[in-house]
Amino acid sequence: MSVVVKDCSYGLVHVPSFIRYGSKPYRDISVNGGPGGDLEKKIYERVRTYEEVVAYPPNQVFIGNLGPDELDHIPKPWYEHPVSGARRDGKFGEILPEEEFYGWIKMADDFDLVWLTPGYIEKIKGKVSSSPFFKEGDLKKLGPGIPLQKITEKIERDAALPLYDFGTLVGSIRRDHEMDDSLKAHVLLENLLTKASGALLMHHLFKRANLKPEDVDFILSCSEEAVGDRYNRGGGSLSKAIGEMCHCINATGHDVKAFCAAPLHAILDAASLVEAGVFNHVVVVGGGCLAKIGMKYSSHLKHQMPILEDVLAGIAFWVTKDDGINPIIRLDCIGKHPIGAASNQQAIMTSLVLKPLNKIGKKMMEIDRYATEMHNPEITLPAGSGNTPYTNYKIMGALAAMAGEISPSSIEEFVKTKGMPGFSPTQGHVPAAVPFLGHALEAIREGRMKNTLFVAKGSLFLGRMSQLSDGMSFLLERNPKNKVE
Amino acid sequence: MFNGKKAIVIGERDGVPGPAIAQCLSAAGADIAYITTECFV
Repeated sequence: MSVVVKDCSYGLVHVPSFIRYGSKPYRDISVNGGPGGDLEKKIYERVRTYEEVVAYPPNQVFIGNLGPDELDHIPKPWYEHPVSGARRDGKFGEILPEEEFYGWIKMADDFDLVWLTPGYIEKIKGKVSSSPFFKEGDLKKLGPGIPLQKITEKIERDAALPLYDFGTLVGSIRRDHEMDDSLKAHVLLENLLTKASGALLMHHLFKRANLKPEDVDFILSCSEEAVGDRYNRGGGSLSKAIGEMCHCINATGHDVKAFCAAPLHAILDAASLVEAGVFNHVVVVGGGCLAKIGMKYSSHLKHQMPILEDVLAGIAFWVTKDDGINPIIRLDCIGKHPIGAASNQQAIMTSLVLKPLNKIGKKMMEIDRYATEMHNPEITLPAGSGNTPYTNYKIMGALAAMAGEISPSSIEEFVKTKGMPGFSPTQGHVPAAVPFLGHALEAIREGRMKNTLFVAKGSLFLGRMSQLSDGMSFLLERNPKNKVE
Repeated sequence: MFNGKKAIVIGERDGVPGPAIAQCLSAAGADIAYITTECFV
């Protein structure tokens, strides 16, 4: 039997009012004037409008309205060259405005953690109820709202965090234990935003793919968060929480943790479960990561740029048995970075690119495109973090040269033809090769491409339990039963 | 080359990892005081 990736969804949520709660801004603001102080004001002078976020070229690529290669024809900086006539809705999903996302946060809140004022509930109610994804029962969760005075008291006396719509206080999120770090307001906010954005993308997947929620057997969340309590930090299971919110009444699931490589691990786990006949319809979902919002804000301020890390990104994939149409995952061509392997880039890429291809007798040049860490370089370069996709493509090109498939002078050509510009928000797990999966599915289905190798790395050493890094790869290939030319 | 010198090693995920730098410095005589690898993206 073969396993296919049948469909996918991609979306962004503009969260300007939450930049203050990204890990880096939150820490820096606390020691530079606190909330409302100088640093927070400086950050908010550089925040983008929703319209600017929608028209930002890499964001239009992410939701499928542009192809990645089209970025090569748009002058830089991209934030000064908006896409004319850019739309909120994309082929793969949408870019959701913050006001509407507050509605999603309330829908995700099963413990009355988030209070919003009656005035704000009134303001967002119309927009939220026009969403095709909510049922009447869901909308009841918005409630009548909590008076502003009560919210202010909760913030001042009970360690709740204020929630804003730009500069206006519109609500709060409370802690759920006085001494449990895993249940403090900031952690619960991270988890809730991941759940809400993950649910948004799962709903989009169901709509786009015409998949019934009740047909889903198993859910794997590859999100970056740590849901749990003091006795089981990071215990999970966000997959079931997201599935519940999306009415997947027949599904169970669990969370996959592998730093930034988690989406590839999760897709391979899903494919293996389907191949083994354990489950038929597995959904891999990744919600957005609040901690990474505004991570490189100081460099963006220094270069007088907008704060570009202002969106949560979400992804979802439907993995199922062979339908004779959609591209297959070649389970005989899986790359892994084993514990015993060296951790230099050449060794990692050899494990993830050369070894799996050698296993099935393929040359590097037989692969149409390579998807690697797709970080948008416009976000990372000002911070001195380099152009991650370009670096990885150059290493791959060098491997092809060492294998004698191309001449060393052709490495730049390899980068140009086999690679692509980075277009993903720097949301940790999201850039891990999979932003290209939607584009690849379409191109392979339509016969414009034969295959793509997806390659992602994970920084295990950040957790201080091992100096190891990690990586996974898989080959997506045209379904041999699909005779489209 | 690094005899008698102490080294603090900071590697990068998409560049050279800390342990690889440390091994080179160690071979050149350095005393490694601290190794880390960071992710800057």
